[in-house]
Amino acid sequence: MQLGFLVDLHLCMGCKGCEIACKVENEVPLSTWRLRVKYVDVGTFPETRRTFTPLRCNHCENAPCERICPVSALHYLDNGIVNIDKERCIGCAGCVMACPYGAIYIDPQTQTADKCTYCAHRVASSMMPACVVACPVQANIFGDLEDPTSNISKYIQVNQGGVQVRKPEKGTNPHHYYVGGGNVTLNPLASQRMQGHNLFNNITTLPVGGHH
Amino acid sequence: MAHEILAATNAVVTLDVALPGIVWPWLVTVNMWAKSIGTGVIFMLFILLRMHPESAKNLRFPTAIVAFVFINIFLLFTLADLHQPFRMWHIFVYSNWTSAIAIGSFMASTFLGLLTFLGYLAYKKDYATFDKILLWTTILAIPVTLYTASLMAQCTARELWQMPTESAQMILAALLSGSAFMILMGGNKLSGEAKNTLAVILGLSALMSFIIYMSEYIFGPMKAEEVAATLDYIKGHGQYTVMFWLGQWMAYLLPMLFIVLSRVSKSESILKLAAILALVGLAIVKHVWLMIPQLLPMS
Repeated sequence: MQLGFLVDLHLCMGCKGCEIACKVENEVPLSTWRLRVKYVDVGTFPETRRTFTPLRCNHCENAPCERICPVSALHYLDNGIVNIDKERCIGCAGCVMACPYGAIYIDPQTQTADKCTYCAHRVASSMMPACVVACPVQANIFGDLEDPTSNISKYIQVNQGGVQVRKPEKGTNPHHYYVGGGNVTLNPLASQRMQGHNLFNNITTLPVGGHH
Repeated sequence: MAHEILAATNAVVTLDVALPGIVWPWLVTVNMWAKSIGTGVIFMLFILLRMHPESAKNLRFPTAIVAFVFINIFLLFTLADLHQPFRMWHIFVYSNWTSAIAIGSFMASTFLGLLTFLGYLAYKKDYATFDKILLWTTILAIPVTLYTASLMAQCTARELWQMPTESAQMILAALLSGSAFMILMGGNKLSGEAKNTLAVILGLSALMSFIIYMSEYIFGPMKAEEVAATLDYIKGHGQYTVMFWLGQWMAYLLPMLFIVLSRVSKSESILKLAAILALVGLAIVKHVWLMIPQLLPMS
């Protein structure tokens, strides 16, 4: 079994339900996120469009975080999930630096690295990840990539030409796919991140390890 | 390239979470700087004992002490940078052998053990054994000084840190700082020829480092969009432009100039000034190169 995620960006409407569900399920501290939805506006008025991109750990087959972790706190589960053992983590932040997707953070409460685990604890109890359950439009599709009858495998087969991963050139082989994505949604350098231009806040950076 | 996409789509992030700031702070700069000196002086002692044995024979003990102190500074700042410093021992118990951090920790610890032994041998004036152990210490100093380059290379998508380039920069930094420190420490113990040797090493390592930095500065953006975006922080009105050029002048350009002047005028003071500038400038250069890839948004 190799678990994977697929997000159909055609369906995502940016409600952030997945983001909140993840926060609640995993008790993610303030100022940190395992899953977040990024809004990017494209074009010039009146020809404008808003895109929504849920971003989480890609659970790469060739994970740089697993490779750089000096104590194997980041490790693979048999089902392909890249899990983290917070009791073993020494907080060197090597994984934060190595992840090409910016998906790992230092938990300000435990001072250890943390990230999305595809809700490994729920999966172990045969439940879907919290974000999948919360999504009102079923934009999050989760399942076994090795099972051709799983929803995710069927989705990939149907949308073969349109399935993308983030930064494929890095050779990480993510187990996280997007349908309906483009350069603007999947490449962080293809959009400007202006100070003071966010909708609800103007914070663009935070100290690592956080403050409360 | 991202610049063209930006112009074509006018794409702006309008809602997102706050992103992490600097992950590896100035503590890591000190780590790299101290390690360069700690390994560099060992390289220099090894060279001097072979090329100018009479001149360098009294430098065994002070060099072992200086290397010991700076490697301890390096280890102390590495420890201070950990968010869970009391779990440091996990590295030796749960070692992941694909990690440059784990391998580097073992090598640095062994290196420190050898330096302690060298200090003891020099104190006991057992120079025959000292010179045998120095050979192995010098060989080990090479991977110890290089391992941070491997660590940076393992940081996928921080494309400015390319492995062959960073390896060259790390070894050159050790030669530069080692020769500079030895010029200052050697004082009257060193003969004119020995000082000339150190000045040549200092000048050439400064020249080669400068060439590599300028090559990356000019040609790097043509190879990858991450490199182009990263180098924007040291170009034009970039956040680190002033610090970058200050470092280049202090670490490389001025020392090269002063070395030439010191040889022409046979002035030891100018040579010492070149050494001081190189040591201070190296810390600035290392800091800039450590910071700018961390400013890039990864997601």
